[in-house]
Amino acid sequence: MFTKKQLLTKGLLSVAPHMFSVIPFGIVCGAIGIELGFSPVLVYAMSIIIFGGASQIVFLQLLSGGASALIAVTSVGVINSRHLLYGAVLSEYLEKLSFIKKLLISYLVVDQGFAESNKFFQKNKNEPYLHYHLLGSGGTLWICWQLATLSGIILGSFVPEELGLKFAVPLTFIAIVVQDLKKLDHVIVMITCGLSSLLFFDAPFKSYIIISPIIALFVAALVLRLKK
Amino acid sequence: MTWFSIIIAGIITYFTRMTMVALVDRDLLGERVKAVLAYVPSAVFPAIIFPGIFINDYGTFIEMNDPKIFGAIVAILVGYFSRNVIATIISGLFSYWIIIFLL
Repeated sequence: MFTKKQLLTKGLLSVAPHMFSVIPFGIVCGAIGIELGFSPVLVYAMSIIIFGGASQIVFLQLLSGGASALIAVTSVGVINSRHLLYGAVLSEYLEKLSFIKKLLISYLVVDQGFAESNKFFQKNKNEPYLHYHLLGSGGTLWICWQLATLSGIILGSFVPEELGLKFAVPLTFIAIVVQDLKKLDHVIVMITCGLSSLLFFDAPFKSYIIISPIIALFVAALVLRLKK
Repeated sequence: MTWFSIIIAGIITYFTRMTMVALVDRDLLGERVKAVLAYVPSAVFPAIIFPGIFINDYGTFIEMNDPKIFGAIVAILVGYFSRNVIATIISGLFSYWIIIFLL
Protein backbone atom coordinates (compact mmCIF):
# COMPACT_ATOMS: atom_id res chain seq x y z
CA MET A 1 0.00 0.00 0.00
CA PHE A 2 1.24 3.47 -0.87
CA THR A 3 0.96 6.50 1.39
CA LYS A 4 -0.75 9.68 0.16
CA LYS A 5 2.61 11.37 -0.25
CA GLN A 6 4.03 8.48 -2.27
CA LEU A 7 1.03 8.55 -4.60
CA LEU A 8 1.32 12.31 -5.02
CA THR A 9 4.99 11.92 -5.93
CA LYS A 10 4.25 9.05 -8.30
CA GLY A 11 1.63 11.19 -10.03
CA LEU A 12 4.08 14.07 -10.33
CA LEU A 13 6.83 11.83 -11.72
CA SER A 14 4.49 10.12 -14.17
CA VAL A 15 3.76 13.36 -16.04
CA ALA A 16 7.17 15.01 -15.57
CA PRO A 17 8.57 13.60 -18.86
CA HIS A 18 5.62 15.14 -20.73
CA MET A 19 6.93 18.59 -19.80
CA PHE A 20 9.20 18.35 -22.84
CA SER A 21 6.00 18.81 -24.81
CA VAL A 22 3.69 20.70 -22.43
CA ILE A 23 6.13 23.55 -21.77
CA PRO A 24 6.99 24.32 -25.42
CA PHE A 25 3.30 24.09 -26.31
CA GLY A 26 2.34 26.38 -23.40
CA ILE A 27 4.92 28.93 -24.55
CA VAL A 28 3.56 28.80 -28.10
CA CYS A 29 0.04 29.14 -26.73
CA GLY A 30 0.88 32.30 -24.78
CA ALA A 31 2.89 33.77 -27.64
CA ILE A 32 0.11 33.22 -30.19
CA GLY A 33 -2.38 35.04 -27.95
CA ILE A 34 -0.14 38.09 -27.80
CA GLU A 35 0.64 37.93 -31.51
CA LEU A 36 -3.07 37.92 -32.30
CA GLY A 37 -3.33 41.21 -30.39
CA PHE A 38 -5.08 40.15 -27.20
CA SER A 39 -4.18 41.68 -23.84
CA PRO A 40 -1.67 39.72 -21.71
CA VAL A 41 -4.08 39.54 -18.76
CA LEU A 42 -6.81 38.07 -20.92
CA VAL A 43 -4.51 35.51 -22.56
CA TYR A 44 -3.20 34.42 -19.19
CA ALA A 45 -6.62 34.32 -17.51
CA MET A 46 -7.64 31.66 -20.04
CA SER A 47 -5.00 29.32 -18.64
CA ILE A 48 -6.78 29.45 -15.29
CA ILE A 49 -10.40 29.71 -16.42
CA ILE A 50 -10.34 27.26 -19.34
CA PHE A 51 -7.06 25.38 -18.70
CA GLY A 52 -7.08 23.47 -21.98
CA GLY A 53 -4.20 24.00 -24.42
CA ALA A 54 -5.58 23.48 -27.90
CA SER A 55 -8.97 24.99 -27.06
CA GLN A 56 -7.35 28.22 -25.81
CA ILE A 57 -5.52 28.71 -29.12
CA VAL A 58 -8.61 27.89 -31.19
CA PHE A 59 -10.74 30.30 -29.14
CA LEU A 60 -8.38 33.24 -29.74
CA GLN A 61 -7.79 32.39 -33.38
CA LEU A 62 -11.54 32.25 -34.06
CA LEU A 63 -12.23 35.56 -32.33
CA SER A 64 -9.34 37.34 -34.03
CA GLY A 65 -10.48 35.89 -37.35
CA GLY A 66 -13.83 37.62 -36.90
CA ALA A 67 -15.90 34.62 -35.77
CA SER A 68 -18.76 35.28 -33.35
CA ALA A 69 -18.35 34.66 -29.63
CA LEU A 70 -20.97 31.91 -29.91
CA ILE A 71 -18.88 30.02 -32.44
CA ALA A 72 -15.72 30.44 -30.35
CA VAL A 73 -17.41 29.24 -27.15
CA THR A 74 -19.09 26.30 -28.92
CA SER A 75 -15.76 25.24 -30.40
CA VAL A 76 -14.12 25.25 -26.96
CA GLY A 77 -16.97 23.11 -25.62
CA VAL A 78 -16.73 20.64 -28.51
CA ILE A 79 -12.93 20.36 -28.32
CA ASN A 80 -13.06 19.78 -24.57
CA SER A 81 -15.99 17.36 -24.69
CA ARG A 82 -13.40 14.55 -24.82
CA HIS A 83 -13.04 15.09 -21.06
CA LEU A 84 -16.44 13.42 -20.70
CA LEU A 85 -14.78 10.20 -21.83
CA TYR A 86 -11.89 10.66 -19.41
CA GLY A 87 -14.36 11.31 -16.59
CA ALA A 88 -16.32 8.17 -17.44
CA VAL A 89 -13.12 6.12 -17.19
CA LEU A 90 -11.88 7.81 -14.02
CA SER A 91 -15.22 7.69 -12.20
CA GLU A 92 -14.60 4.03 -11.34
CA TYR A 93 -11.54 5.00 -9.29
CA LEU A 94 -12.96 8.18 -7.80
CA GLU A 95 -16.41 6.98 -6.80
CA LYS A 96 -15.59 6.75 -3.10
CA LEU A 97 -14.64 10.43 -2.86
CA SER A 98 -17.02 12.94 -1.32
CA PHE A 99 -19.01 15.11 -3.72
CA ILE A 100 -16.95 18.20 -2.87
CA LYS A 101 -13.68 16.38 -3.51
CA LYS A 102 -15.04 15.12 -6.83
CA LEU A 103 -15.93 18.69 -7.80
CA LEU A 104 -12.45 19.92 -6.90
CA ILE A 105 -10.37 17.17 -8.47
CA SER A 106 -12.36 17.37 -11.73
CA TYR A 107 -10.74 20.73 -12.48
CA LEU A 108 -7.38 18.94 -12.80
CA VAL A 109 -8.45 16.30 -15.34
CA VAL A 110 -6.35 16.90 -18.46
CA ASP A 111 -5.10 14.67 -21.28
CA GLN A 112 -1.66 13.62 -20.07
CA GLY A 113 -2.68 13.46 -16.41
CA PHE A 114 -5.65 11.29 -17.28
CA ALA A 115 -3.50 9.03 -19.44
CA GLU A 116 -0.74 8.49 -16.89
CA SER A 117 -2.97 8.24 -13.80
CA ASN A 118 -5.29 5.83 -15.63
CA LYS A 119 -2.33 3.58 -16.44
CA PHE A 120 -1.42 3.57 -12.75
CA PHE A 121 -5.02 2.99 -11.63
CA GLN A 122 -5.41 -0.05 -13.88
CA LYS A 123 -2.45 -1.72 -12.16
CA ASN A 124 -3.32 -0.60 -8.59
CA LYS A 125 -7.10 -0.82 -8.42
CA ASN A 126 -7.27 -1.49 -4.69
CA GLU A 127 -5.21 1.38 -3.32
CA PRO A 128 -7.32 3.49 -0.92
CA TYR A 129 -5.92 6.94 -1.83
CA LEU A 130 -5.74 6.60 -5.61
CA HIS A 131 -6.95 10.15 -6.18
CA TYR A 132 -3.66 11.47 -4.82
CA HIS A 133 -2.01 10.16 -7.97
CA LEU A 134 -4.37 12.23 -10.08
CA LEU A 135 -3.77 15.20 -7.81
CA GLY A 136 -0.02 14.79 -8.38
CA SER A 137 -0.26 14.43 -12.16
CA GLY A 138 -2.96 17.05 -12.71
CA GLY A 139 -1.44 19.50 -10.23
CA THR A 140 1.98 19.26 -11.86
CA LEU A 141 0.50 19.84 -15.31
CA TRP A 142 -1.50 22.79 -13.99
CA ILE A 143 1.51 24.54 -12.47
CA CYS A 144 3.67 23.96 -15.54
CA TRP A 145 0.92 25.10 -17.88
CA GLN A 146 0.56 28.36 -15.93
CA LEU A 147 4.32 29.00 -15.98
CA ALA A 148 4.66 28.04 -19.64
CA THR A 149 1.82 30.22 -20.94
CA LEU A 150 3.10 33.11 -18.80
CA SER A 151 6.56 32.70 -20.33
CA GLY A 152 5.01 32.66 -23.80
CA ILE A 153 3.12 35.87 -23.04
CA ILE A 154 6.33 37.56 -21.88
CA LEU A 155 8.49 36.22 -24.71
CA GLY A 156 5.78 36.88 -27.29
CA SER A 157 7.25 37.25 -30.76
CA PHE A 158 10.68 36.09 -29.55
CA VAL A 159 9.44 32.51 -29.86
CA PRO A 160 10.79 31.45 -33.26
CA GLU A 161 8.01 30.07 -35.41
CA GLU A 162 10.44 28.03 -37.54
CA LEU A 163 11.03 25.68 -34.61
CA GLY A 164 7.56 24.22 -35.13
CA LEU A 165 7.17 23.67 -31.39
CA LYS A 166 3.53 22.66 -31.85
CA PHE A 167 4.87 19.40 -33.26
CA ALA A 168 5.69 18.43 -29.65
CA VAL A 169 1.95 17.87 -29.09
CA PRO A 170 1.46 14.81 -31.32
CA LEU A 171 4.78 13.48 -30.01
CA THR A 172 3.69 13.51 -26.36
CA PHE A 173 0.57 11.54 -27.29
CA ILE A 174 2.58 9.10 -29.40
CA ALA A 175 4.60 8.42 -26.25
CA ILE A 176 1.37 7.67 -24.37
CA VAL A 177 -0.15 5.16 -26.80
CA VAL A 178 2.94 3.67 -28.46
CA GLN A 179 3.12 0.59 -26.21
CA ASP A 180 -0.46 -0.31 -27.13
CA LEU A 181 0.74 -0.87 -30.70
CA LYS A 182 1.62 -4.35 -29.44
CA LYS A 183 -2.08 -5.19 -29.19
CA LEU A 184 -3.97 -5.73 -32.44
CA ASP A 185 -7.34 -4.63 -31.01
CA HIS A 186 -5.85 -1.32 -29.88
CA VAL A 187 -4.11 -0.81 -33.24
CA ILE A 188 -7.46 -1.23 -35.01
CA VAL A 189 -9.10 1.31 -32.68
CA MET A 190 -6.23 3.78 -33.07
CA ILE A 191 -6.19 3.62 -36.86
CA THR A 192 -9.97 4.02 -36.97
CA CYS A 193 -9.73 7.12 -34.79
CA GLY A 194 -6.76 8.59 -36.67
CA LEU A 195 -8.24 8.12 -40.15
CA SER A 196 -11.64 9.43 -38.98
CA SER A 197 -9.97 12.54 -37.57
CA LEU A 198 -8.43 13.29 -40.99
CA LEU A 199 -11.69 12.50 -42.78
CA PHE A 200 -13.78 14.75 -40.52
CA PHE A 201 -11.13 17.42 -39.98
CA ASP A 202 -13.23 20.08 -41.72
CA ALA A 203 -16.41 19.27 -39.78
CA PRO A 204 -17.79 22.36 -37.99
CA PHE A 205 -16.57 23.45 -34.52
CA LYS A 206 -13.51 21.15 -34.67
CA SER A 207 -15.94 18.33 -33.95
CA TYR A 208 -13.55 15.77 -35.49
CA ILE A 209 -11.99 15.63 -32.04
CA ILE A 210 -15.09 13.99 -30.56
CA ILE A 211 -16.61 12.39 -33.69
CA SER A 212 -13.57 10.21 -34.33
CA PRO A 213 -13.32 8.85 -30.74
CA ILE A 214 -17.01 7.94 -30.86
CA ILE A 215 -16.53 6.07 -34.15
CA ALA A 216 -13.42 4.40 -32.71
CA LEU A 217 -15.30 3.33 -29.56
CA PHE A 218 -18.03 1.76 -31.72
CA VAL A 219 -15.32 -0.17 -33.51
CA ALA A 220 -13.89 -1.15 -30.10
CA ALA A 221 -17.31 -2.53 -29.11
CA LEU A 222 -17.38 -4.55 -32.35
CA VAL A 223 -13.87 -5.85 -31.72
CA LEU A 224 -14.85 -6.89 -28.19
CA ARG A 225 -17.82 -8.79 -29.54
CA LEU A 226 -15.68 -10.59 -32.13
CA LYS A 227 -13.10 -11.52 -29.50
CA LYS A 228 -15.69 -13.47 -27.50
CA MET B 1 -17.65 40.56 -24.34
CA THR B 2 -14.45 38.58 -24.79
CA TRP B 3 -14.15 38.19 -21.01
CA PHE B 4 -17.74 37.00 -20.79
CA SER B 5 -17.08 34.43 -23.54
CA ILE B 6 -13.98 33.15 -21.77
CA ILE B 7 -15.90 32.65 -18.55
CA ILE B 8 -18.71 30.78 -20.35
CA ALA B 9 -16.12 28.66 -22.20
CA GLY B 10 -14.44 27.97 -18.86
CA ILE B 11 -17.68 26.89 -17.20
CA ILE B 12 -18.53 24.58 -20.12
CA THR B 13 -15.02 23.11 -20.03
CA TYR B 14 -15.29 22.54 -16.31
CA PHE B 15 -18.60 20.74 -16.83
CA THR B 16 -17.01 18.42 -19.40
CA ARG B 17 -14.47 17.48 -16.72
CA MET B 18 -16.84 17.24 -13.80
CA THR B 19 -20.06 15.70 -15.18
CA MET B 20 -18.97 12.06 -15.46
CA VAL B 21 -16.87 12.16 -12.30
CA ALA B 22 -19.34 13.83 -9.95
CA LEU B 23 -22.83 13.71 -11.42
CA VAL B 24 -23.15 10.34 -13.15
CA ASP B 25 -23.53 7.23 -11.05
CA ARG B 26 -20.95 4.67 -12.12
CA ASP B 27 -23.44 1.84 -11.61
CA LEU B 28 -25.50 3.19 -14.48
CA LEU B 29 -22.76 1.99 -16.82
CA GLY B 30 -23.07 -1.69 -17.66
CA GLU B 31 -20.17 -4.15 -17.86
CA ARG B 32 -20.06 -3.90 -21.65
CA VAL B 33 -19.77 -0.12 -21.53
CA LYS B 34 -16.97 -0.39 -18.99
CA ALA B 35 -15.14 -2.87 -21.22
CA VAL B 36 -15.41 -0.45 -24.15
CA LEU B 37 -14.22 2.46 -22.00
CA ALA B 38 -10.92 0.62 -21.51
CA TYR B 39 -10.21 1.68 -25.11
CA VAL B 40 -10.63 5.41 -24.43
CA PRO B 41 -6.92 6.36 -24.66
CA SER B 42 -6.53 4.48 -27.96
CA ALA B 43 -9.81 5.93 -29.23
CA VAL B 44 -9.09 9.57 -28.34
CA PHE B 45 -5.39 10.38 -28.67
CA PRO B 46 -4.99 9.48 -32.36
CA ALA B 47 -7.49 12.30 -33.04
CA ILE B 48 -4.81 14.64 -31.66
CA ILE B 49 -1.83 12.78 -33.17
CA PHE B 50 -2.96 12.35 -36.80
CA PRO B 51 -4.04 15.96 -37.51
CA GLY B 52 -0.95 17.18 -35.59
CA ILE B 53 1.22 15.35 -38.10
CA PHE B 54 -0.69 15.29 -41.38
CA ILE B 55 -2.44 18.66 -41.38
CA ASN B 56 -0.54 21.96 -41.40
CA ASP B 57 -1.35 25.30 -39.78
CA TYR B 58 -3.52 26.30 -42.74
CA GLY B 59 -5.78 23.27 -42.45
CA THR B 60 -4.51 21.47 -45.56
CA PHE B 61 -2.80 18.09 -45.96
CA ILE B 62 1.00 18.06 -45.86
CA GLU B 63 3.17 16.63 -48.65
CA MET B 64 4.29 13.04 -48.26
CA ASN B 65 7.91 14.20 -47.87
CA ASP B 66 7.09 16.54 -44.96
CA PRO B 67 9.67 16.38 -42.13
CA LYS B 68 6.88 15.82 -39.59
CA ILE B 69 6.23 12.36 -41.03
CA PHE B 70 9.91 11.48 -40.60
CA GLY B 71 9.88 12.89 -37.03
CA ALA B 72 6.78 10.89 -36.15
CA ILE B 73 8.22 7.63 -37.49
CA VAL B 74 11.43 8.17 -35.49
CA ALA B 75 9.38 8.95 -32.36
CA ILE B 76 7.24 5.82 -32.78
CA LEU B 77 10.30 3.57 -33.22
CA VAL B 78 12.22 5.15 -30.33
CA GLY B 79 9.13 5.10 -28.10
CA TYR B 80 8.27 1.52 -28.93
CA PHE B 81 11.70 0.15 -28.10
CA SER B 82 12.84 2.53 -25.34
CA ARG B 83 9.50 2.80 -23.46
CA ASN B 84 10.74 6.26 -22.51
CA VAL B 85 8.54 9.35 -22.88
CA ILE B 86 11.39 11.88 -22.92
CA ALA B 87 13.32 9.89 -25.53
CA THR B 88 10.17 9.69 -27.67
CA ILE B 89 9.48 13.43 -27.63
CA ILE B 90 13.11 14.54 -28.00
CA SER B 91 13.95 12.08 -30.78
CA GLY B 92 10.86 13.18 -32.70
CA LEU B 93 11.61 16.89 -32.32
CA PHE B 94 15.32 16.58 -33.13
CA SER B 95 14.83 14.40 -36.19
CA TYR B 96 12.26 16.95 -37.39
CA TRP B 97 14.66 19.86 -36.77
CA ILE B 98 17.55 18.06 -38.44
CA ILE B 99 15.49 17.77 -41.63
CA ILE B 100 14.21 21.37 -41.65
CA PHE B 101 17.48 23.06 -40.66
CA LEU B 102 20.18 20.90 -42.23
CA LEU B 103 18.63 19.62 -45.43
